[in-house]
Amino acid sequence: MGQTTAEKIFSSHLRDEPFPGTKVLDLDRVLCHEITTPVAIADLEWRGKDRVFDNTKIKAVIDHVTPAKDSKTALQAKILRDWAHRHEIKDFFDVGRNGVCHALFPEKGYIRPGFTAIMGDSHTCTHGAFGAFAAGVGTTDLEVGILKGVCAFREPKTIRVNLVGQLATGVFAKDVILYVIGELGVNGATDRVIEFHGPVVERMSMDARMTLCNMAIEAGGTCGICQPDMVTVEYLWPFIQADYQDKAAALADFQKWTADEDAEYDKVLNFDVTGLEPQVTYGYKPDCVKPVKDMTGTKVDQVYIGTCTNGRIEDLRQAADILKGHLIADTVRGIVSPATPKIFQQALQEGIIQIFMDSGFCVTNPTCGACLGMSNGVLAEGEVCASTSNRNFNGRMGKGGMVHLMSPATAAATAITGVITDARTLSA
Amino acid sequence: MKKTFGGPSIFLDRNDINTDEIIPAKYLTEVTKDALKPFCLEDLKLEGFDPNGSKLKKARVIVTRQNFGCGSSREHAPWVLEVNEIHTVIAESYARIFRQNMFNCGMLAIELPKDQIDSLFKLEQSSKEGVEIEIHLEEQVIVASNEMSKERFNFKISPFDKALVEAGGWVEYADARY
Repeated sequence: MGQTTAEKIFSSHLRDEPFPGTKVLDLDRVLCHEITTPVAIADLEWRGKDRVFDNTKIKAVIDHVTPAKDSKTALQAKILRDWAHRHEIKDFFDVGRNGVCHALFPEKGYIRPGFTAIMGDSHTCTHGAFGAFAAGVGTTDLEVGILKGVCAFREPKTIRVNLVGQLATGVFAKDVILYVIGELGVNGATDRVIEFHGPVVERMSMDARMTLCNMAIEAGGTCGICQPDMVTVEYLWPFIQADYQDKAAALADFQKWTADEDAEYDKVLNFDVTGLEPQVTYGYKPDCVKPVKDMTGTKVDQVYIGTCTNGRIEDLRQAADILKGHLIADTVRGIVSPATPKIFQQALQEGIIQIFMDSGFCVTNPTCGACLGMSNGVLAEGEVCASTSNRNFNGRMGKGGMVHLMSPATAAATAITGVITDARTLSA
Repeated sequence: MKKTFGGPSIFLDRNDINTDEIIPAKYLTEVTKDALKPFCLEDLKLEGFDPNGSKLKKARVIVTRQNFGCGSSREHAPWVLEVNEIHTVIAESYARIFRQNMFNCGMLAIELPKDQIDSLFKLEQSSKEGVEIEIHLEEQVIVASNEMSKERFNFKISPFDKALVEAGGWVEYADARY
């Protein structure tokens, strides 16, 4: 019997099986940010175990509230910063060099096919785009990860999602994943990995694959996984060229993580994306999904472009393509947060930041920002935000606020008109 | 340290209660568990539910429906229950990370099939003073009672989850073993 990608990674990283079905894995990466790590650090100190299992496998960033907005967030940042310095964690990213964790860490080449990674952040599933097993965990799992380099999982079953057909112009990975979540439901993939296959995924860039995998958790999935291929090799090449003779050799090595033809799946779902329209959420759950045309005309107060779902360079390009030559509506506050300093600089060089500013957008530093109502861009009671983020929970961006999730292109079109708008219906 | 389980209950009759409802993100700037205490279930919109009510204050057990704790990985969700002395949740199903976080903290996330959850809700609906729940971990039995009647339910938790509860949490377990 063949194996899925997750099964291959589980077999190769198995440290212990204390009980049948419980697999304790060795970790290649323990990723940390300033919201969920400080309590783990404090607990380790309290236990007299302020140690780290391997300071080269631990990466840390301040990203949720940065620069600090008040004394409390300054303290969270300080706890992480002091800890990183104390343990000589070289890959620690502070103000000026920091960005959204799930954009920054891949960009630094830290995630490779076949890796295991955990982070105290549910959107860690993003990193599965590289053919890795990456799971969001709580602070206790993170704490044990930091101390011992292991994490326990029930071996997940895998749902295989085959994406076939051809995406229409103006329809993106975000529309695909919103549609898939709408079909699976918010607990349709609980205790499951979602393995994405098919020509649609093969044609996607790493940015798009990360968008796809980022939202696996919104269907309850432990991780979203794409199959490593030449796109993966090209993305990682600057970081791996010393390790391989050529790209073909890297590809051959990476493909040992490819799911076997005869792997056993919990479920196989086939979606033909030909004819798929831009999608948007309504209500307070990410599986409440409709075509944009059914929500057209819904008034919004704020448009947010950024986050670990859609704050990468391709996302900004897609939004800028729509915004170019337009002003956003007087009734709309437009906010864009490029996800990392590198993305910010690239957007500057490509004139994208200029387009955003000319259209009336506020450009913030790289941060999680408005997505979770912790720092900037908080909504007032009764306000509505069109957002490229991943969660529309009640109160997510501020008590009494409403969030509609959509692609960067739809968000840009919505900013221009002030109401939810299919970008394809705008005249240039 | 091993926790105590059982006591007065509160019933939350909805699927998909998420971590943002259990503890809103704006309180994630706290660096101690105790500081979370006043904000338990603050953003939960549910008919008849009052986050400041005496029912929640007295509760030691939550009974709810499907996919409890979905969304964020924040362990602040189990912590806010823990500091309010709610060490047990009984639901039809959980989001994976929340369930693991509960056991990692040495707390109980018990799953029961829909018909048994329905029976618990019936017991609640027919009571004036609410339902008292006893948890017998060794036997893996729940005894739920109101003024008129008493019902028994068997539950199953995995041997690993049970070991975590016995050890008082994952840090204790892992530290002794790895």
